[in-house]
Amino acid sequence: MTTARDSFDITVTVNGVPVSRRVEARQHLTDFLREELGLTGSHLGCEHGVCGACTVRVNGEIVRGCLMLALQADGARVETIEGLSQSGAIADLQRAFHERNALQCGFCTPGMLIAAAELLESRPGATREEIRTHLAGNYCRCTGYHAIVDAVEAAGRERVRRQA
Amino acid sequence: MTIKTGIASEAPRTGYIGAGVPRPGARRLLQGRGRYVDDIRLPRLAHVAFVRSPYAHARIVRIDVAGAAASPGVIRVVSGPEVASLCTPWVGVLTNRKGLKSAPQHALAIDRACWQGEAVAAVAAETRVQAENAAQLIDVEWQELAALTDAETALDPQTPVLHPELGDNLAFQCEADTGGVDEVFATAHKIVAATFHTGRHTPVTLEPRSILADFNPAERQLTVYQATQVPYMLQWILAKHFGLPEVSVRVIAPDVGGSFGAKIHVYGDEMTAVALSIMLGRPVKFVADRLESFVTDVHARGHRITARMAVSEAGDILGIDFDDLYGIGPYSGYPRGSASEAQQVINLVGGPYKNRVYRGRSRAVFQNKNMYGQYRGVGHPIACAVTEGLVDLAAEAVGMDPAEFRRRNYIPADAYPYKLAAGPVFEKLSQHEAHDKLLKLMDYAALRAEQAALRQRGIYRGIGLAAVVKMTNPSSATYGQGGVSIAAQDGCTIKLTATGGITCAASINEFGQGAATIVAQIAATALGVALDRVKVVTGDTDATPYGGGNWGSRGTGIGGEAVLRAGTALRQHILAFVARLTETEPSLLDIRDGTVVDAATGAARMTLEEVARTVYFRSDKVPADFSPELVVTRHFTQKSYDGICTNGIQACYLEVDVETGFVKLLRHWVVHDCGTMVNPLLVDEQIRGALVQGLGAALFEECLYSPEGQLTNGSLIDYLVPMAREMPDIEVAHCCTPTATSELGAKGTGEAGTAGAPAAVMNAINDALRPFGARVTAQPFTPERILRALGKIPDGALPADATPAR
Repeated sequence: MTTARDSFDITVTVNGVPVSRRVEARQHLTDFLREELGLTGSHLGCEHGVCGACTVRVNGEIVRGCLMLALQADGARVETIEGLSQSGAIADLQRAFHERNALQCGFCTPGMLIAAAELLESRPGATREEIRTHLAGNYCRCTGYHAIVDAVEAAGRERVRRQA
Repeated sequence: MTIKTGIASEAPRTGYIGAGVPRPGARRLLQGRGRYVDDIRLPRLAHVAFVRSPYAHARIVRIDVAGAAASPGVIRVVSGPEVASLCTPWVGVLTNRKGLKSAPQHALAIDRACWQGEAVAAVAAETRVQAENAAQLIDVEWQELAALTDAETALDPQTPVLHPELGDNLAFQCEADTGGVDEVFATAHKIVAATFHTGRHTPVTLEPRSILADFNPAERQLTVYQATQVPYMLQWILAKHFGLPEVSVRVIAPDVGGSFGAKIHVYGDEMTAVALSIMLGRPVKFVADRLESFVTDVHARGHRITARMAVSEAGDILGIDFDDLYGIGPYSGYPRGSASEAQQVINLVGGPYKNRVYRGRSRAVFQNKNMYGQYRGVGHPIACAVTEGLVDLAAEAVGMDPAEFRRRNYIPADAYPYKLAAGPVFEKLSQHEAHDKLLKLMDYAALRAEQAALRQRGIYRGIGLAAVVKMTNPSSATYGQGGVSIAAQDGCTIKLTATGGITCAASINEFGQGAATIVAQIAATALGVALDRVKVVTGDTDATPYGGGNWGSRGTGIGGEAVLRAGTALRQHILAFVARLTETEPSLLDIRDGTVVDAATGAARMTLEEVARTVYFRSDKVPADFSPELVVTRHFTQKSYDGICTNGIQACYLEVDVETGFVKLLRHWVVHDCGTMVNPLLVDEQIRGALVQGLGAALFEECLYSPEGQLTNGSLIDYLVPMAREMPDIEVAHCCTPTATSELGAKGTGEAGTAGAPAAVMNAINDALRPFGARVTAQPFTPERILRALGKIPDGALPADATPAR
């Protein structure tokens, strides 16, 4: 039963825009993004922290939105696939995924991209083995991962080339 | 490549057929702008949560909903009888699966729940949280009943019968017998035998089952947004069971987050959501959570097969004899039945090999476990594991290399069409070619040398081969002839838009495999326009021609052919019109880059935009006796065979840690023949994705039930699926044997990977374990099973293998 004590006022900067809402203590971050803000690019595949479909960035670090309460994001900076798409921050990775058909149904894709982007920021020259290890927490039932590894590898190589 | 249209007056033309273009529709998914069912919000949307049986088998003594009804936000609480007053029960039988029987099944269980997870009550509330809170307040009094959970004893006389009115627990049985089997086995040089188990597992689509039903009482119109592979099947089902005129039911499949067979069935909870929308006159949404998915999404492939093969001294397969048993759910699946695996096992044990002295029996029995149905590859992975497992044993028995043994035994290339013992016919396979290509691709000889060298150093690697046959492009024999209204034909409507663009409405639909792109490529090719001038509409029964949707590897082969025919017809209309206006013959014209040209010189006559503008806006310029039709619909159905069989072969290279039992997949190679490839990029990814589902079955995936019928690993923490780190790179190559049953020549490609992978892994593990004389035949090949095979787990150190409770 919800009582006044079970809900709290929070302010979160989502994709660069501060938003204030009163949220129930039990609401997780992904429900907050989807239900309260209409940011439906973050998906729920398991709600127990295994599949990675809900991966978003909080203060620059990737987290599973289903394992974090909205309340815990109070004062934080949250970036979702919508924001990262609009800013162009991962456009090269998205292009590589597209060209390589590294997605099929697309349900895992936002989380997969955000997880892969984190790797490429620190290690654009990551090996296939390292890419596979880094993405080990993101479930894709469609592709079998090979094309995803190809796409991440290709985008990383391109970044290394540009930085050289 | 070139498509020959078969129309003498037209020159062959090139285009996008064979082009590995990326999917235009993938862009929105990459930006998080897909629109899946759970993303859709309608005014006054209500949400449903369910109360499910905690028992595998229990009498429902009483359901007290008072507490739930008074809970905040609750709009309605229903149990079985209320839903049954709107939604008639169903029985999952097909008249062409002789003997298949089942009992009536309700959307919500009435009086008795027959599996752990069966829904017995539902709450509609203003929010999902409120619905879930209220569902917890529903008080059900249960009387637990004995659960039927062991397929092996389901037919014993002392075992209680799950549905007494059916007489016994046998849901379905089918057999094939060429005769002469006992004689062959009595005199054969060698007989090899094994008992194979395939683990009961489940599709695990990342997007759970999802439905949003919106009944408008003013018009008595039902609009359903559903994560489905089959909009028209669902339209038929909803009209039939809710007593609505078919024209009052619209089914829309928006973006669908993976299907693999999970989303072609009728589920009681989804039907309940529809019933609640009709009761309440407002939209109602149900999205399964992951724990619900494990106990309600169909399960598949839990078989035990005892099999033997007779072989000559020279290494010829002489005969095959097998008995297959599997436990389905408490009811046969609806509306497709739970008999398909039995049928495909009977059809396809024996694979692409000749000399079929053949006897097989497959039986499906009822169990108090989750519902059971079609999952990617239906029956094929089982038939393949049995066949290829026996083939490896037979090769070993006669001292032949397994690759050489296979090649020797393939159906001769000049023996097609080749009729199987159980009836179906292989139109044409390219198995020798595929085999040779594979050995070259993987450098089989070098790999064998590497394996031998490493073995000297105590590293145990194995090479496993699996020849694969896969039925695709199914005819009406699959469902229509069984009295089930699932179309075997598909259609496409193509329209020239007012500015010379092309719009295609196709009855095949998109759930990530790329069907919409295939439609666009074929249409663009047929009409000589750039791909970005084509728009494709799928997944809406109000907008597309009637058709079967995507399942059984039929989208490109059947739906694609309909597009080609529609496109060709529209092209003819356009050429006839331009020929008339410009005083020439249609046969002298062509369409290139959106312009009608002289075929010989390439000189422009009219752009498609000018054609459209003339027809739509300047009818004064259209000859009075000429009626141009710029919208064309064509359909196609494959009638020549029960299905068009594809073929190919896989090889798995892996390493077994004989101390821990862990398997490391190193490489995997595939050669596949799906005939004409419209988009090789998408074909390759269908093969890889399907293959990894087979690798999951081989190594990880199994729905484990306790003897009481409790699913003991129903979460993604406990039920392992393939993740990126454990999966290998997969090299894919092709042969191309177009089917002669269509102009396009395409066969299906979505399932063959799944069919072959478990067999390839099994053979590779057993190849690695050969120095120890150890062998595994029960999937998934877990470290525990491998250590047991190696004799490294002392008796009693761990509980026995869970095989009895499949």
